[in-house]
Amino acid sequence: MATATLPESARRAAGARARSSDRTRRAVAGWVFALPFVLLYAAFELFPLIVSVVMSFTDMRSTDLRDPLNINTVGLDNFARILGDAKFWQATWNTLVFVAFSVPFTLAIGLALGIALNSGVRRLRAVFRIGFYLPVISSGVAVAVIWRYLLSTDAGLINSALRLAGIDGPAWLNDTRTALPSLIAMAVWRHVGFAMVIFLAALQGIPRELYEAAEIDGAGRRQAFRHVTLPLLRPAVLFIVVISVIGNLQFFEEPFIMTQGGPLDTTTSISYQIYTTFGFGQYGYAAAMSWVLFVIIACLTLLQFRLMREK
Amino acid sequence: MATGTRPGEYRGQPWIYGVLVVGLVVVCLPFVWMVFSSFKPEDEIWRFPPTFLPERPTTANYADLLTQLDFGRLAFNSVLIALVSTAGNLLFCSMLGYALAKLDFPGKRLVFGLVMSKLMIPGMVLVIPTFVVVAALGLINTYAGIILPGLAGPMGVFMMRQFMLGLPDDLAEAARIDGAGEYRIFFRIFLPLCKPALATLGILTFLGSWNSFLWPLMVAQDKDLFTLPVGVALFAFDHQNTDYGVLLAGSTMLVLPVIAVFLFFQRHFVQGIATTGLK
Repeated sequence: MATATLPESARRAAGARARSSDRTRRAVAGWVFALPFVLLYAAFELFPLIVSVVMSFTDMRSTDLRDPLNINTVGLDNFARILGDAKFWQATWNTLVFVAFSVPFTLAIGLALGIALNSGVRRLRAVFRIGFYLPVISSGVAVAVIWRYLLSTDAGLINSALRLAGIDGPAWLNDTRTALPSLIAMAVWRHVGFAMVIFLAALQGIPRELYEAAEIDGAGRRQAFRHVTLPLLRPAVLFIVVISVIGNLQFFEEPFIMTQGGPLDTTTSISYQIYTTFGFGQYGYAAAMSWVLFVIIACLTLLQFRLMREK
Repeated sequence: MATGTRPGEYRGQPWIYGVLVVGLVVVCLPFVWMVFSSFKPEDEIWRFPPTFLPERPTTANYADLLTQLDFGRLAFNSVLIALVSTAGNLLFCSMLGYALAKLDFPGKRLVFGLVMSKLMIPGMVLVIPTFVVVAALGLINTYAGIILPGLAGPMGVFMMRQFMLGLPDDLAEAARIDGAGEYRIFFRIFLPLCKPALATLGILTFLGSWNSFLWPLMVAQDKDLFTLPVGVALFAFDHQNTDYGVLLAGSTMLVLPVIAVFLFFQRHFVQGIATTGLK
């Protein structure tokens, strides 16, 4: 026994040394693997973040890119200017209206489609899934081009169909009353497939036994839907709402291609406003606007988590 | 048993098919309309009553696309940028995903925090300062300026980490006992096992880059560097009401490759949505 313990402890010490050098090697490898991401993060996320904070307190303009010494700090002037910028608040209002209508409709129609696809639609299920998902993966630019054509006043598909039915269609994108609703309808059309696919996956994850138990307890279809399906869909709902609200709060391609913010600024969005301000070369002011957008997105996202958790 | 009707299910009833088919037509008709109209001459595009199939099919719009928009250049740029972005994301995201899932290193939690923070800060918020940084680096109007900021997306890292977590640790242990180095273990053992996740990530990154608009619009200032979405969008912006045939042809060229990829790799999409979405 005594002879065996000595080499044993020696071996253990050697093993520990090997393990610790192994651990070092693994730690080094870990950092080598992390390095590209960390470098890119530093250059294009962290650095811009700092630049953005600094910029929003300056009067930086596009011409200052070549002459950084020309940049002046202006304190809170940019934010004060935002407070009095009627165009920005119009854009904020449009953006909020856009989100407030597009998200619930996307959710409701997506849920209906998900349930329909889940109710024993076996044949053609793949066809439906591909078809409804098509706008989700299509270029926003292409989609905006198509819809500008479909919605055009004189020869658009929609007004042509209405005219054949004897109705004089509105000037959709050129009418202050219908322009934003048109963009909302288009956004719903575009994102419904996303909600549907998420709902379908969630519905398929609900164990059959729960429905059998509900049936044994005498629950009808409606009750089972209300007390089994809906509560179990809550994570899916939260996911879709959070993703859609964040995405829709940044809508940009639609006004850029379809309306250029018009008519009379009824379809400008915060993103479109930021881009135009950037286009005018007012970088400091655009950075300040971006922070307002960030605060709006952060507040609404936190609010959703609160509301969905507490129920 | 397995075919028993759930309460709340309306199994196989014809009206459900009816509703779904109507929905499908509403969703897909605009695309069909776009493709057919892209083969119509300008006067037929704007005619009432509209024609469904082109009466006098013409490829003039596509010829105009080549000459007026320099389609070859746009497509080349789009493909090149998408390919490089995809290759970079596949490599860098899987490297970090592996490190986060299978290796211990000081600062690992911090790095994971960085990934999550990047996931949570919406793109629009940092687009102006990122432009300023890219300009300071002298990368405005270069491929590098368009590609670099998106070369290691946080969603990809997260996806690869989740996938790697599901692979057994014993594989690495066994390889270490056999004397394999850490890099060899990653490249020779784990990376090949990640093929399904890599396929999903590759497709999503490629399509994301192919469709991306705002960033290339800002960075590319020379016509030579425009991508297809930028070229089409600026044409739409400049020519509010004329030459719609060219726009429809350009949009068709934007959408058709996506449809092809989507049909071909449908399975990976569904997996991708499931892994990035609900897990």
